[in-house]
Amino acid sequence: MLEHYADEILRVADLHAFYGESHILHGVDFTVNRGEVITLLGRNGSGRTTTLKAILGLVTARTGRISLNGRSVIDMPTHKIAHLGVGYCPEERGIFASLSVEENLLLPPVVRSDGMSVDEIYQMFPNLKERRKSQGSKLSGGEQQMLAIARILRTGAHLLLLDEITEGLAPVIVETLGRVIRELKERGYTIVLVEQNFHFVAPLADRHYVIEHGRVAVMVDKEDLEENRDEIDRYLSV
Amino acid sequence: MNAILVQAMLGLNNGAFYAMLSLGLAVIFGLLNIVNFAHGAFYMLGAFVALIGLTQFGGWIGVPDLQVNFWWALLLAPLVVGLIGMLVERTMLRRLSGLDHLYGLLLTFGIALVLQGFFANFYNTAGTPYPGKPEILEGVTDLGFMMFPTYRLFALVFSLVVCFATWFMIERTKLGAILRAGTENPKLVEAFGVNVPLLVTLTYGFGVGLAALAGVLAAPIYSVSPLMGADMIIVVFAVVVIGGMGSIMGSIVTGLSLGMIEGITKVVYAPASSTVVFLIMAVVLLMRPAGLFGRE
Repeated sequence: MLEHYADEILRVADLHAFYGESHILHGVDFTVNRGEVITLLGRNGSGRTTTLKAILGLVTARTGRISLNGRSVIDMPTHKIAHLGVGYCPEERGIFASLSVEENLLLPPVVRSDGMSVDEIYQMFPNLKERRKSQGSKLSGGEQQMLAIARILRTGAHLLLLDEITEGLAPVIVETLGRVIRELKERGYTIVLVEQNFHFVAPLADRHYVIEHGRVAVMVDKEDLEENRDEIDRYLSV
Repeated sequence: MNAILVQAMLGLNNGAFYAMLSLGLAVIFGLLNIVNFAHGAFYMLGAFVALIGLTQFGGWIGVPDLQVNFWWALLLAPLVVGLIGMLVERTMLRRLSGLDHLYGLLLTFGIALVLQGFFANFYNTAGTPYPGKPEILEGVTDLGFMMFPTYRLFALVFSLVVCFATWFMIERTKLGAILRAGTENPKLVEAFGVNVPLLVTLTYGFGVGLAALAGVLAAPIYSVSPLMGADMIIVVFAVVVIGGMGSIMGSIVTGLSLGMIEGITKVVYAPASSTVVFLIMAVVLLMRPAGLFGRE
């Protein structure tokens, strides 16, 4: 049985996942406590994105244990998992091109009552307010990324799974995203960041999990970051 | 001149049927990724539900006086056929998700043949007249510039209202936004907590329900025949190819204009009237392979 702690929001144990015939995850283990920011680091193809997708049931098959707020979701259909308070921002951002910015923002159903209001979201992302009538396809990469994060804040999801949010973006936008993550943490959100950009996440996260070959290779606390720096660099170097 | 006007209006009426059918095809293709070859069969089924409801159903259940009149058929036939469609989606089409288009096309073609064969077994393939045209829609109406059969006018206006209501629902409402998003990326929409499998079932039911509605509207004009859907679906697929799968408004506009062109051709050069649509299709395919309103 899974042990459940009051402050534990997500626990993944011995998670295996498959795409078609390919066995991608080979027993991933990690836990996330309420209000934490944690990262899944690793090289391309190590299984970080698949880990997020497997939590949501977006893979062909998955085995092992995943508990969200103490409820097992391994056998749950994808659309029900979201209603346990999970917000997902995919790597490709997933902005719907045929929908306006506002339609994109209002699309995800509200899963809990305590989400941010549209006004609060526009305050956090003023660009989106200016562009709210534009088609999703007309946004810049940075604006798309803002929108992809913004639209899961309205739903009341308290656990955010964010996949490579800094990828391909200009340094000034990456800086803005860093501020956004900090503000979300202050507001009490729990965040799982999949990242390549170690410099971006190092000052943000409470804990780092390095994923290699579909399992967790090493876990490093924020406090131990400096002494383990070389080891992490070795895992991330190509 | 008057003859052209009359035929153009009659053609517009047919065009409204094309529009309703191609609309359903486009919505189904968008979300299910299935080329629904059974669409014509559901159109036929709609007409038969109306016919059977009026002339036979009462007898079957031992209440010979019970007649489902035209107005009730307009409401009930799409519901009945929509439910049958949802059953087909749940039990058969769902299993094909993720496979090549070809499988869906083959399966729905098979379903069309089964339905068509079933009705051909019991009903005259030359057609049975639908005797239930409401009295209020008999005769002709003076449109000012021409006299036009009242029923045809009703069918035209009714179809247009349904088409534009569908457009409004898809392009301007929250539900429509979910549908459009589901068309682009169903997995992500599901990850947001939308019950996409249910949405898919309802969409298929809605699409074939539209076809059934067109069938009911067509019943008093043409006779009800097991083959009426097969004749219709060929033209409707040409309409879809010309308009392109991408746009709802495109389906409506293309359906209406091709019906009209077909009608006018009947006056200008009658022998070409049944081929003109395919001629236009060939030209469009050469010039704009994605269709007039399609996205590349």
